[in-house]
Amino acid sequence: MARLTGARRAAEAYRLRWKRRHLLFRALRKRRQLRCVIDRTAEIAPGDILGFATVRNEAVRLPHFLAHHRGLGVRHFLIVENNSTDDTQAYLVDQPDVSLWTTPASYKLSRFGVDWLTWLLARYGNGHWCLTLDADEILIYPHHDTRPLPALVDWLERHGRRSFGTLMLDMYPKGPLQDQRYRPGEDPFDVLCWFDGGNYMIRKKPDLENLWIQGGVRARRFFADRPRRAPTMGKTPLVKWHWRYAYVSSTHSLLPRHLNHTYDESGGEALSGILLHTKFLPTIVDKSVEEKRRREHFANSALYEGYYDALIGNPDLWCVHSTRFTGWRQLEAMGLMSKGNWI
Amino acid sequence: MSVGIIMLVHTAFGRAEQVARHWSAAGCPLVIHADKNVPAKTYDAFVRALSDLPDIRFCERHRCEWGTWGLVAATQSAAQMMLDEFPQVRHVYLASGSCLPLRPVQELIDYLAARPQTDFIESATTAEVPWTIGGLDQERFTLRFPFSWRKQRFLFDKYVQLQRAVGFKRRIPNGIVPHMGSQWWCLTRATLSAILEDPDREVYDRYFRRVWIPDESYFQTLVRLYSQQIESRSLTLSKFDYQGKPHIFYDDHLQLLRRSDCFVARKIWPFADRLYRAFLTEQGEAMKRTEPNPGKIDRIFAKAVERRTRGRPGLYMQSRFPVEGRENGLTSAQYSVFEGFSELFENFEDWLARTTETRVHGHLFAPERAEFAGGQPVINGALSDSAALRDYNPRAFLANLIWNTRGERQCFQFGPRDNQAIEWDIAKDPNAQISVITGAWAVPLFKSTKDFIEIRREAARLQQIESQHLNVLRSQWAKARIRIWSLADFTEAPMEPLQTIIDEIGHQERRGLAQVPRMVDLTGFGQFLQALKNQGMHPYLMGDFPVSTGGIGQPSTAPPKPYLVR
Repeated sequence: MARLTGARRAAEAYRLRWKRRHLLFRALRKRRQLRCVIDRTAEIAPGDILGFATVRNEAVRLPHFLAHHRGLGVRHFLIVENNSTDDTQAYLVDQPDVSLWTTPASYKLSRFGVDWLTWLLARYGNGHWCLTLDADEILIYPHHDTRPLPALVDWLERHGRRSFGTLMLDMYPKGPLQDQRYRPGEDPFDVLCWFDGGNYMIRKKPDLENLWIQGGVRARRFFADRPRRAPTMGKTPLVKWHWRYAYVSSTHSLLPRHLNHTYDESGGEALSGILLHTKFLPTIVDKSVEEKRRREHFANSALYEGYYDALIGNPDLWCVHSTRFTGWRQLEAMGLMSKGNWI
Repeated sequence: MSVGIIMLVHTAFGRAEQVARHWSAAGCPLVIHADKNVPAKTYDAFVRALSDLPDIRFCERHRCEWGTWGLVAATQSAAQMMLDEFPQVRHVYLASGSCLPLRPVQELIDYLAARPQTDFIESATTAEVPWTIGGLDQERFTLRFPFSWRKQRFLFDKYVQLQRAVGFKRRIPNGIVPHMGSQWWCLTRATLSAILEDPDREVYDRYFRRVWIPDESYFQTLVRLYSQQIESRSLTLSKFDYQGKPHIFYDDHLQLLRRSDCFVARKIWPFADRLYRAFLTEQGEAMKRTEPNPGKIDRIFAKAVERRTRGRPGLYMQSRFPVEGRENGLTSAQYSVFEGFSELFENFEDWLARTTETRVHGHLFAPERAEFAGGQPVINGALSDSAALRDYNPRAFLANLIWNTRGERQCFQFGPRDNQAIEWDIAKDPNAQISVITGAWAVPLFKSTKDFIEIRREAARLQQIESQHLNVLRSQWAKARIRIWSLADFTEAPMEPLQTIIDEIGHQERRGLAQVPRMVDLTGFGQFLQALKNQGMHPYLMGDFPVSTGGIGQPSTAPPKPYLVR
């Protein structure tokens, strides 16, 4: 990676500024696709931590997802429901701390829901710490069992940080995926209690200056022959929002790019967390059949057919060197996240 | 005689009230200072809430901003009021709203009663304290600081630069010697009133008004003029991180705080319900009479600073990705790279594993796959043997391997057939021990039954790769422990180099190698090299092998006889 000169850096910054404006403008246009189902945003108080998500057919995951993040201190959830055919919508409407929007429009054309969320973030998130997740992501961080999110964001703010970086950790069961049993509301990590502990690869992106992390079980099992295509595992889901901010691709990177500086470059360790990924609950197999047909999840969907086929085959992702999940202290000790100096 | 408490409050009034009641219940008079920035409504409610307590006063309010004079002014006002209104007070304890008494207040009262003349205040000269932040130590007393560091950073920095540029230096009044220390002290009535009633107080106040962070130096300096007996330590446990920001205590610090035996701790997170419940309501375990001992828990904080500033060497993750040169170790542990050994010795890997009790891999960077020990397809950390994954980021692959197997030394084979993309990373890594037998790649070719034209082509290719690789190993940037022998030199006396390498790996076998690896039969190797030469290829990395015999040191007739060193 060539070191950019001052002038080139300035030019790059200028280009990215326009890119950010473009993203915000897109979000502004796409807001028309959203229809409000229930608006409880009047209950949001200053300083509340807010949760944002786009969901489709997540009735299985939502009970635990909401309970976990509620427990951490998310005060209000702003959710976009897209084309669900199960009772996701009915379930969400009944939740006292959820404001719900719905849209039949294309997930892919909304940059995988990011345009919709960018609009909601700008509209409701300004000045709040906002946690933007998918329904299959469960945030944990050092001390999360004794220190709720308000403690974390308070500490981040004291240290002048506006964003918080995480690694997404694919969790999987031992045995074929579909042979597991999971009922809504249960702790998914009673089933998905294994993960890949040390096969992550990191590069720094020269333009957005975020870390591009790949690896984990999907890289090992489905992309061992074409690693470039392996999913991106770094995310920055927790940000003290300003209406000028915008997520660029999923929550992997943001603009302005200083929000991507969630890591230390001088050898030290900054505080970071983990998104436990519940993608591989038993429903994944049937869902893959459907997603392969819908082609809504990847910009270049044809390249991922093999990936879906592998999942449809009900694979066993476990190997003898999989690590059994025991808690955040384990992940911290393994270096999958760091408490930095938050002790 | 009793202890008076000064409380400086600016936020979390609910907690401040709780703690004030706690002090009061133990019979301590209180003077509370609330920051002038606090809205009148909040302040009035706070005063009302505490109105039922007997010995409580609220002093004149000052605007308090971090690092400014306001905090000293607030303390002065509160202290004056304390001395004037509560004549029974002998020690005055300065605390904040986010301080939490850890031991029964009576223990503190008894402790101070037993030391009636002692002032507890951390007070050291600037030369002796390591914890100044921002590079301003002595200068905070000799420059002027009219601008806020938090709100007017630009002006603050520029004004400092300007003063440095013009060589401005303030005169320190009356030749006092600036001392610094924790803001939280406990002084005797005698000392405190001497400071407040000093005829030159006007002069000192004017001077300290423009000192940077006067709340850490005003009393700390002046106490030196009057105190009978100074204990230079704070009775309040308060820890600062490497940026000078106070550590905050949460519910999970309960045991840690108990262990410290300190009387008071700050800062407590206002929502740490369990801490407040534990320390404010569960009173009076057996009286301990122990000395406060914050040193017991210092190690934990020192480790936190280490973790934050230096990190775990060899770890690359989402919040640690050092730029080149700042890694503090490319890998997390020592490992050994063997080049040419498995070509020259039969079953070298098994022998090495037995001898050194390390994990010995084959060619980790082989073009087909990563040859993990035992032919495993996946190794610790679920690291895959896929060559594509490995070559996608070879450096991450190596760092991961070494990190995942912490506690068990790794050895692997390397050679010119392998992916060379890793060579610089290994060469620059002080954790690497690299041992090379140059030209040994020719041995498998010599044993091969392939077409000689092909062999010749392959030999030329490998020689070129290895020769470039040797340039890397011999470059000035190489930091690994590197040993290089030519094949001819090595075969002549193989045991001594082997012994050296094994010794360095550091595993038992002090009596020399009990068992030695068997060298492959090199009978005819000289002719093989000559044949290559005859084909116009010039094999030179092996050193000199006479055409007549097999290898030097190995008579071509008798089978090779292992021998021992020492």
